[in-house]
Amino acid sequence: MERSIKHSNDGGEAGVSRRLFLGGVSAAAVGSAICENAPIVQNAAAAEPSNAPVIGPDAVPATLRINGVVQSLLVPLQMTLAEVLRGPLGLTGTKIACNRGTCSACTVWLDGAPVASCMILAIDVGDRSITTIESLADGERLHPMQTAFIEHDAMQCGFCTPGLVMSCAALIEHNPDPTPEDVKTAISGHLCRCGTYQHVIAATMAVAKAHKG
Amino acid sequence: MIAAMSIPGSRTERLPIGIAGVSQGQIVREVPASEPPPLAPNADLAVVGKPVPRVGGRAMVTGAARYTVDVKLPGMLVARILRSPYPHARILSVDTSAAERYPGVRAVHVVTMMDTRAAARGTIGASATFPPALYVGASLAAVAATTQSVADEAIRLLKVKYEVLPFVVDMDEARRPEAPLVFGDATEQVGAGSATRGPSQVGNIRGPSATSFYGGPRGNVEQGFREADVIVEAEFRTQVQTHCCLEPHAVVADWRSDGLTLYISTQDTAGVRKDVAAAFGLPREKVRVITEFMGGGFGSKLGVGDYVFFAVELSRKAGAPVSLIFDREEEQQVSGNRPGTWQRLRIGARRDGALTAISLLSYGTAGTGAGAGVGNIAQAMYDCPNFEMAQYDVFMHAGPGCAMRAPGNVQGAFALEQSVDELAERVGIDPIVLRDRIDPSAARREERQIGAARFGWSQRRLPGGDAGPVKRGVGMAQSFWPGIVQTNASCEVRLQRDGLVEVRSSVQDIGTGIRTVLAQVVAEELGLRPEDISIRIGDTNFPLGPSSGGSKTTGSITPAARKAVYQIRQTLFAAVAPELGVPPEELVVGQGRIFLRANPAHGFGFRQAAGRLNKDFISAVAERGDNYGGFRVTSPMSLAREDLGGVQFAEVSVDTETGIVRVARVVAVHDCGRPMNPRQIESQIHGGVLMGVSFALYEDRILDRQTGRMVNADLEHYKLLGSREMPSIEVLLIENYQAISATDACGVAEPATIATAAAVANAVYNAVGVRMRNLPMTPASVLEALGHIPGRS
Repeated sequence: MERSIKHSNDGGEAGVSRRLFLGGVSAAAVGSAICENAPIVQNAAAAEPSNAPVIGPDAVPATLRINGVVQSLLVPLQMTLAEVLRGPLGLTGTKIACNRGTCSACTVWLDGAPVASCMILAIDVGDRSITTIESLADGERLHPMQTAFIEHDAMQCGFCTPGLVMSCAALIEHNPDPTPEDVKTAISGHLCRCGTYQHVIAATMAVAKAHKG
Repeated sequence: MIAAMSIPGSRTERLPIGIAGVSQGQIVREVPASEPPPLAPNADLAVVGKPVPRVGGRAMVTGAARYTVDVKLPGMLVARILRSPYPHARILSVDTSAAERYPGVRAVHVVTMMDTRAAARGTIGASATFPPALYVGASLAAVAATTQSVADEAIRLLKVKYEVLPFVVDMDEARRPEAPLVFGDATEQVGAGSATRGPSQVGNIRGPSATSFYGGPRGNVEQGFREADVIVEAEFRTQVQTHCCLEPHAVVADWRSDGLTLYISTQDTAGVRKDVAAAFGLPREKVRVITEFMGGGFGSKLGVGDYVFFAVELSRKAGAPVSLIFDREEEQQVSGNRPGTWQRLRIGARRDGALTAISLLSYGTAGTGAGAGVGNIAQAMYDCPNFEMAQYDVFMHAGPGCAMRAPGNVQGAFALEQSVDELAERVGIDPIVLRDRIDPSAARREERQIGAARFGWSQRRLPGGDAGPVKRGVGMAQSFWPGIVQTNASCEVRLQRDGLVEVRSSVQDIGTGIRTVLAQVVAEELGLRPEDISIRIGDTNFPLGPSSGGSKTTGSITPAARKAVYQIRQTLFAAVAPELGVPPEELVVGQGRIFLRANPAHGFGFRQAAGRLNKDFISAVAERGDNYGGFRVTSPMSLAREDLGGVQFAEVSVDTETGIVRVARVVAVHDCGRPMNPRQIESQIHGGVLMGVSFALYEDRILDRQTGRMVNADLEHYKLLGSREMPSIEVLLIENYQAISATDACGVAEPATIATAAAVANAVYNAVGVRMRNLPMTPASVLEALGHIPGRS
């Protein structure tokens, strides 16, 4: 199956290029076990870009900042972030439904911005911090968006729900006072076959209203 | 333990009946002696009928909810299916040697004619080793390997020799006598997901079917049309729609020497157990089927697809659990669809609107499947003494259709409700007034009235009333769906001495919220809160629950749950009554307590009361049984006397320069017997309306005539309605007591989507004065209908 990989919003923005990043971690994290916690590599060696190693075809070591924890693991080059989250890391709250960036069920945050994790290779994440649905709640205390989703019954089968929660929570973080149109736009990339959109919008507006006090 | 007992005899009860606030009264009915006392109307209840938060909602919003695609077992392999790239081919040979040698491959299964479990397709010569491929995506072999990428690579290493044969993927072409035949002859079709033996077949056309479970033709149609003052007649087309469940079809099969466990995304755990046990010659108790959370089915996860058998076979061969998850292309091409139809509907009426005759001719295609009729709505919704229909299935080389949310009736309503709208205009009677004359349903009468008031129907103008290029219009249409009941639906309720209350059934929650409703029913009876009840469902180790299809889950399982919990309550009362010094009949429950009716201060907390039991736990299992007052039809399904109604109003705008139709607003008025949880019902109706708008305007499976492939087998070219296309939806519910069961509840999933496309089409007509009789109503088709495409009109 063909998949067009879109390197969306990565590269320079995050401050560390993939090559630079990999050059650094390969020395530090080789052989570290999957899911082993390790400190993130800060000084990604001032490697000469021109001397950057050729990586692959086997899995390469990578260090990911996931839900506030730094994890070192071996990542097959072709694995998307969504696959790494769901597979070796066992974070199955992130769902794959279309696997090509159409439905947004796989939405996670990279440095706080919602992205489709099926559209980015795990090795391209760099040192951006990844937030998944599993860490949105503060322990037993739900994020206000999660509470609002329950109160407004903004879910039916629930499969698209984690992605929608992530997008709506991100919207409120960036725009605490959205209009219903803003919410519609924020979730316009999400597909929900059960048709929960109206309750999703109501939940998000309720959180916004509570913010305003 | 207390076994379920059916006590002989019966008694009479006074039960609530009629529409709350309108015609509510009581009726005396004979009920079996084992039934609990009547449940009071919702207004007098604490939990049932209230907008209780969804049970499982917290798991869904935290990502903790475990779906089949999330199941991971130690040593689990993953599988992929090799699918035919050709719409019609003989399979001459399959060479598995390279795939079997590939590192990481653990098992290969090739579909052969001997493979009776999967051979459910036609034959081209009985001596063939392999069944032919009859559509793009037909399964040929399956591989289990250590990782998905290894399985995918192994699939590419399978060498298949095909003899490519002529094919047809267009229904009109498939109807021609010279069209390539899908099935050699009618006797060759067997099996699940494909055509079954049926009426006469000529070429690719099978039929006609002239009956439904509401019977056959009635009266004298010719005579009826002679008596008509007005006859409306038109042809309609509806496209193929795919289910687009967000969770793909998925199964994990774990074959062990002591039994088989299946984790599966299904609408029918009990059905999966039955079919898989039969296919593999296992006793049913050796097969356990588990569906914890389930990411949407809409009909496509009712039957057992061949992929389930492949996963089981691969697990058996490999000696390890096997996970098989469809990708999106498989979802779109092979997991089922709503059949496309062509209909000609003819309706005769007198000047006062009274119907004199209805005649329906339809051709539908479910690809290699059968059952592409347009339902029973034209036959059964309105009073009309003379009726006939002829429905034909047309086979073509495309993935088999299957049940999809209100199968047939969505397509049928599109034709019927536009025709009634047209008839209303022809006889000069408002469409609502006309329906008041011809529709016998008291529920829909009320729904028309309150819906019209809320919607502002009286502001409706003549067609094409707006001056500018963007024209607004309003329309309404109605739903009809049989009240289907699964009478053997069963449920266990347990009470432990520590106060834990547990509900157990194999019934699965497919997103409709049956967990919540079961918790409400049991909590109500025990005076507890829904969150006090532990719901354990979706597991065939528990008593047999209904399949979730046909809008029957709530109406089938909740009476069983109430019957069971009532027995538990009686036992608990008997255990505490002596200590409270009163007979059990003088005890009542409420707010977590059991106390004396005459002296509420005197009693026990619930847990305290449970501690008085002389066993670790007590249990009661109950089966739903028949409707009080009987059924309208009992074979092959039990159908209630009253149908499920629903009336929907739509407001649209049509841009006559671009052809773009937007649905601005929908008012959906529905009944489902006693509404159990109005908030969840509202959610479900939202879903039905949006699926209907999406069907009306956007969705369309497109098959390439050169290759037979679906060209939009994804979710971006197969356009689904999203947040920016959604209308604002207002849901109004009526409480329609029917005195039919221990809960008097019914479902709503299907009525919620039946009327929508027709209501939108009627609104488009009201906007522009042109009837849209083909779906979807794309900008191009709207411009064409308006005569705005040069050279076409």
